[in-house]
Amino acid sequence: MAHGPAPGFSRWLYTTNHKDIGSMYLWFSFAMFFIGGMFALVIRAELFQPGLQIVEPNFFNQMTTLHGLIMVFGAVMPAFVGLANWMIPMMIGAPDMALPRMNNWSFWILPFAFAMLISTLFMEGGAPNFGWTFYAPLSTTYAPASVTFFIFAIHIMGASSIMGAINIIATILNMRAQGMTMMKMPLFVWTWLITAYLLIAVMPVLAGVVTMMLMDIHFDTSFFDAAGGGDPVLFQHVFWFFGHPEVYIMILPAFGIVSAIIPTFARKPLFGYSSMVYATASIAFLSFIVWAHHMFTVGMPLFGEMVFMYATMLIAVPTGVKVFNWVTTMFRGSMTFETPMLFAIAFVILFTIGGFSGLMLAMAPADFQYHDTYFVVAHFHYVLVPGAIFSITAAVYYWLPKWTGHMYDELMGKVHFWIAFIGLNVTFFPMHFSGLAGMPRRIPDYNPLWADWNMISSVGAFLFGAAQVLFLYNVIKTIVVGRKATSEVWEASHGLEWTVPSPAPYHTFTRPPDVPDDDAHLVAGTP
Amino acid sequence: MLKLSSRWFAWTSSVVLAVASYGVAAGEWPLNMTKGVTDVSHNVYGLHMTILFWCIGIGVVVFGVMFYSMAMHRKSMGAKAANFHESTTLEIIWTAIPLLILIFMAVPATSTLKQLYDTEDADLDILVTGYQWKWKYEYLGEEVSFYSNLSDASRNQIYGPKEKSTDYLRDVDNPLIIPVGKKVRFLVTAADVIHSWWVPQLAVKRDAIPGYINESWTFVEEPGVFRGQCAELCGKDHGFMPIVVKAVPQAEFDAWLGEQRLAALAVAEAAKQHLSFDELYSQGESVYNARCAACHQPNGAGVPGVFPAIAGSKVATGVLETHLATIIHGVPGTAMQAFADQLTPVEIAAVITYQRNAFGNNMGDSLQPIDVVNFTQNQ
Ligand code: HEM
Ligand SMILES: [Cu+2]
Repeated sequence: MAHGPAPGFSRWLYTTNHKDIGSMYLWFSFAMFFIGGMFALVIRAELFQPGLQIVEPNFFNQMTTLHGLIMVFGAVMPAFVGLANWMIPMMIGAPDMALPRMNNWSFWILPFAFAMLISTLFMEGGAPNFGWTFYAPLSTTYAPASVTFFIFAIHIMGASSIMGAINIIATILNMRAQGMTMMKMPLFVWTWLITAYLLIAVMPVLAGVVTMMLMDIHFDTSFFDAAGGGDPVLFQHVFWFFGHPEVYIMILPAFGIVSAIIPTFARKPLFGYSSMVYATASIAFLSFIVWAHHMFTVGMPLFGEMVFMYATMLIAVPTGVKVFNWVTTMFRGSMTFETPMLFAIAFVILFTIGGFSGLMLAMAPADFQYHDTYFVVAHFHYVLVPGAIFSITAAVYYWLPKWTGHMYDELMGKVHFWIAFIGLNVTFFPMHFSGLAGMPRRIPDYNPLWADWNMISSVGAFLFGAAQVLFLYNVIKTIVVGRKATSEVWEASHGLEWTVPSPAPYHTFTRPPDVPDDDAHLVAGTP
Repeated sequence: MLKLSSRWFAWTSSVVLAVASYGVAAGEWPLNMTKGVTDVSHNVYGLHMTILFWCIGIGVVVFGVMFYSMAMHRKSMGAKAANFHESTTLEIIWTAIPLLILIFMAVPATSTLKQLYDTEDADLDILVTGYQWKWKYEYLGEEVSFYSNLSDASRNQIYGPKEKSTDYLRDVDNPLIIPVGKKVRFLVTAADVIHSWWVPQLAVKRDAIPGYINESWTFVEEPGVFRGQCAELCGKDHGFMPIVVKAVPQAEFDAWLGEQRLAALAVAEAAKQHLSFDELYSQGESVYNARCAACHQPNGAGVPGVFPAIAGSKVATGVLETHLATIIHGVPGTAMQAFADQLTPVEIAAVITYQRNAFGNNMGDSLQPIDVVNFTQNQ
């Protein structure tokens, strides 16, 4: 009997198929990326010139908050989970995810969480307006009533992430084909395994902190209320104990993606496979002991400041190893520059620039000047947009032929890349300057001193936004009229996912695949 | 290769030139951190430049290798891929060298950090308190304290197409005055949410947190005016919370302190006078616009769900005592602050009179400054 998908909408509602769920995650993320992007454009439109023109300050704060929350929890994380769903079983030779029924749940609760979050915009008092870091007591004692919906939304997102993470760990540990040892797993699988542990470790911390908020707001506790004996700084410690690993949750899978793409288009094996694994693990470990570098100005004791400064600086070492390895993979390769490779190379360059500004931020005394200015906004967008978004985009172009069986339009892909690349740099590079020159972040209006750079940033932002419309068009066009793709798709593709036909059959590996028993998993080119 | 690089060069250089020439034409393109005016700020600036140059150096090497490979090792140029993928030596080298660089950078960072933390032996202590959305400055032991708000000049330029002045959003009604040649310690706290007191040229940034008193310090050698802003999201007017520090010679500072004490006496004196309804109403209107309108809106309509309206409000159209108590004590746990020592008795009497008779609240009653004084004393 042919195990095809069920017809109609119930296929998507009840599905337990990792490919269907992966696609739903990706489309959901894409939708959120556009909504979060629209909010960013509201911000950039208001900041186009000094003075208040378009929105009121309170609404401006709602836009920054929702933009940040939606990009982090709605766009980046679900996209990575979607890629994990699609690719991990195929990469390790598993027929499906280990816990398919739970997989269905962990996706379907997400749209509810975000519907709830976005609906706060229409409530009396408006949406959350305290930034994605939602520092207490602004977010407790002084918040709009909709904060309770925000808390429930966060709880649901957290539950979804934890379920997704458990599923990924169970799949990787239990479902590998015979011969797929740990040190043979593609790096994407490795980085996701480590990410999943991070998720399980920190999402409960986030749930804890929002629950404490809920108690403060509705049940008269005083966790964060100094007047009742509570401690506003406690909030920040707990938040960043979640928040710092969270930023690695948004970057580690990206490391896995570029580690798959660069060898393919350099036609050369990835340099330093095992050191990549160790570097990823050390970054994950270090991410737990550096949270207070977000809080250098709260008034920690000198000793605490020093410890967190040194620990933060150390992260540069394993991160550096990864960058050097990617560059060495390109060195003496035989490179071509298809769209996924363009995005992957831009990832390496721009992420490194974001890493440099990160290193600068690690220097506590200098951070006193950078903290909460546009320099920080520039820094985290250089890691998040090229880091998370570009790697996801690269992954979509790279695997789209495998998913759909159709080739995307290469020329349009390249145009998308160049507009996005230019748009991104035009938007975010000047923010380094406005930040150094003293422009605080999260302000709706500013001194004319920073006017020129802000105008340029805003122009870049609209350019970047326009590029993404092209992306959407290209994806749809691929699905509808793309030309037929081969199984290998890329000349030097390597890994189990390329051994199955394109499009990948609804049920892959009904018979366990053969895994090459040398280190052929490292070697690019036909095995 | 040649074709490629010349094209790249032409592109990048024309972009750089275009930006640069526009910059020359338009004037201001601030690029870098301020050097500032204190020893600490110079050290911070030096540290910033040191790391920046290390980063640029490393970037040149890494991107150099990368661009070289991209230019020379491309398939279209007939490059054949090598097959190496492991080298323990290389990997040890590029773990060890960055570690050394980091140690090298940690040394100046540590010493500057220690200097920033050295708040001992100050000549003058100033308590800085953050409020939504203003600062309060108290000269400890000097019996002088006052509030510092966004200046009216800036406030009037926010909306509409008006030309913005040079210090738009960076000037205040009452700047903080400090003496030159003295070590001034700032004790920083907040009364409602978290703010952050930041003056770039002094390299001072400290979070102002309810329930905490943070310390920082400065030593300014030459007179000058230094501007900054609140650097922690503190609600809707976070962008409108500037800081201005004016450093003056000691003699001028002492004279200023004296004036402040006299002014406090004058306020007490003014509380005894009797004002006509019209005087109260018109003075109340300006107090309202400066201090209340940010939340309750200039037309008294408030922001539904966020800030209550004054027009037709239970308080402003109810018992006078309650209205007075609300202004004096604020409403704890909300953005409504206790205005008892932010406004003078005259201002409180005036603004209450205004609120009870404006926006269609035709209560017809009014309040005298002395009533406010009596009310506070009887509490
Ligand atoms: C077109 C692309 C984007 C533009 C133009 C843009 C612009 C902005 C702007 C202007 C801010 C406000 C900064 C401030 O005032 O503090 C901001 C904040 C933020 N953005 Fe983006 N952004 C973009 C994409 C992204 C993406 C892809 C992510 C995440 C993956 C992201 C994550 C954030 C976060 C976390 C914040 C902080 C929010 C907060 O302050 O609470 N942004 N962005
Ligand atoms: Cu503030």
